[in-house]
Amino acid sequence: MPGCRIFVSGDEAVAEAVRLARPHVISAYPITPQTVVVERISDFVEDGSLKSEYLHVESEHSAMSAALGAAAVGARTFTATSSQGLLYMAELLPYVSGARFPIVMMNANRTLATPWALLSDHRDSLSQIDSGWIQVYCEDAQEALDMIIQAYRIAEDPRVMAPIMVNLDGFLLTHTYEMVELPGQEEVDAFLPPYRTGNKMDLDDPKTVCYAAMDEYMEFHMKQELDMRKAPAVIAEVDRAFGDRFGRSYGGMVEPYRCEDAEVVLLTLGTVTGTARVVVDAMREEGHRVGLAKLRFMRPFPRQEILEIAGRVKAMGVIDKDISVGYEGIVFTNVNSSVCDLASPPPRINFIGGLGGRNISKGHVRGMFGQLLKLAGGEGMERIQFINVGCEHNG
Amino acid sequence: MATNARELTNTEFLYGHRACAGCGGSLALRLAMKVLGPRTFVAIPANCMSAVSFLYPQISFTTNAMISPFPATGAVLSGIEAGARALGFKDYSVVGFAGDGGTADIGIQALSGAIDRGDRVIYVCYDNEAYMNTGIQKSGLTPFGSRTTTSPAGRNIPGAAGRKKDMFEIVAAHGIEYAATASIGYLEDFLKKIGKAARCRTTSYIHVLSPCATGWGFPVEQTVEMGKEAVDCGLWVLAEYEDEEFVLNRKPKEFSCVGDYLKKQARFKHLKEKEVEFITANRDKKWEKILKNWKA
Repeated sequence: MPGCRIFVSGDEAVAEAVRLARPHVISAYPITPQTVVVERISDFVEDGSLKSEYLHVESEHSAMSAALGAAAVGARTFTATSSQGLLYMAELLPYVSGARFPIVMMNANRTLATPWALLSDHRDSLSQIDSGWIQVYCEDAQEALDMIIQAYRIAEDPRVMAPIMVNLDGFLLTHTYEMVELPGQEEVDAFLPPYRTGNKMDLDDPKTVCYAAMDEYMEFHMKQELDMRKAPAVIAEVDRAFGDRFGRSYGGMVEPYRCEDAEVVLLTLGTVTGTARVVVDAMREEGHRVGLAKLRFMRPFPRQEILEIAGRVKAMGVIDKDISVGYEGIVFTNVNSSVCDLASPPPRINFIGGLGGRNISKGHVRGMFGQLLKLAGGEGMERIQFINVGCEHNG
Repeated sequence: MATNARELTNTEFLYGHRACAGCGGSLALRLAMKVLGPRTFVAIPANCMSAVSFLYPQISFTTNAMISPFPATGAVLSGIEAGARALGFKDYSVVGFAGDGGTADIGIQALSGAIDRGDRVIYVCYDNEAYMNTGIQKSGLTPFGSRTTTSPAGRNIPGAAGRKKDMFEIVAAHGIEYAATASIGYLEDFLKKIGKAARCRTTSYIHVLSPCATGWGFPVEQTVEMGKEAVDCGLWVLAEYEDEEFVLNRKPKEFSCVGDYLKKQARFKHLKEKEVEFITANRDKKWEKILKNWKA
């Protein structure tokens, strides 16, 4: 099938990408707002356009466990989840990454109970940044589609061998419709060769996987870390190869936007980037030297890229759609631990917003830039600021 | 597929493990593997058998094997089978060996899901009637009156208070293709049932009583004898569920004494006469139902 343009939601774009990536086994359990992904994939299996084994599992824990079993015999696998479901399968995340199985999972970012809420923030996935999974965050449906395909090539690269979580903001991206370029199957097959590995159970060469290792535990995990450090180069390489073949590339670990001569820069994750781009353009027209840096990956963390940007600006802001209660935003903590290596790091503000899906509008982003420009001008600012809240807070 | 003592292969697929002397569970696994043979994928969750057989680099299985997450044996088996199917493997078995807690407590959801999907996997529950790996704690399959480290027998409570869940009937209620109970006291019966399970086209379940000398408190040379006596006194029943019917495999002409069976084990030493009578009465009620409803 040749490539074409289609009008789809983020969830549907993911399903289309999964069809093109041809996983052997799909195991999934429905949860809002991920459901459309597993429904569309079921349709593809039914109509024969995707030749995969589709397992109807009885929980997210079993979804990832079945993916683990399939990966353990060398099968390419896919699953998808969200929010409470991600936390229910949390036991499996280090299990899979420790076994070095390149499972690809879509996560529809949704907040965590309680209070119960359906809409998007990043509390679910950011609670799992220590699980040994690569985490990528998408800005739009096209990037989501492209990253599912790229994810398999990155995860299955023998230098990396790590599972990948492809994150889409719930509803904001999973349920909004866009025109998307759908690559042709032959082109995707050429970009993404069949998965081959020696890290599997094998009838011709029997072996054990997921064993116990008391004395060697530390060495296994040091090796895992050393390999993960190679991932940024592989991510950049795959991004370039994808660009060469399909004409779209995303800049690897971080995409800076109008940062060249910026005095202040705002760091974003996920769909809020789109809003911030529009604000940057408008404020540039007005003569303000503002820019943004879209963090595409949270693990491995783009330390080097952040250092380069931070070294050139007078103030930096970080939007966190999450909070590690008792401290600050999780992205902010990670950014801080990178920039503290600079001789004189720029002053920073953590903008905490969007919890439970609370809107972050262009006006709010403009307000953030206003704060950053004042900070750059030497004014003292609150270090952590809640955005668009309906009550007073005692900073 | 040889399932009797004369024809059973001399090749070992599980050896060099670190289980206790007199371990009933390791006997069940070792012999089941001889029936299933070299082209077998094994998944074992957290339990004694994974603890004693999987310590890198001294792995005790010669076949493909993995430790599954504790609650997920059924789901991991399904995944292995789905992967093998998708990759076009031929002539292989997929088997899980979970303990009583791994089956009846934390693993019951994943087991139910696997049976519901009908994936072609063999699920073996080796039942030693408590969490032995962690030091003899009560599970959902610990029988009434049994002393464990979390159901201590004292002045107020006579050991475990619950009744043992009937996993065989729970599994059968799914409409599974084949389910059976077995005991390492009757090994040929067990092996025959493993052979039947291996020939199934969908999910099968074998529940094998596997006495634990350490946890039950009996001399290590009496493991097999203990497995026999559990059946002979009627507290454990050998049966099959096939073609949607329950079939009783062994009906003792006369039950041996329940009290004698119990008193040989340290875990029951504290039981008073009225508790032994209660256990015996429950046995009789169970058998009345079996003889009325099951094929003999």
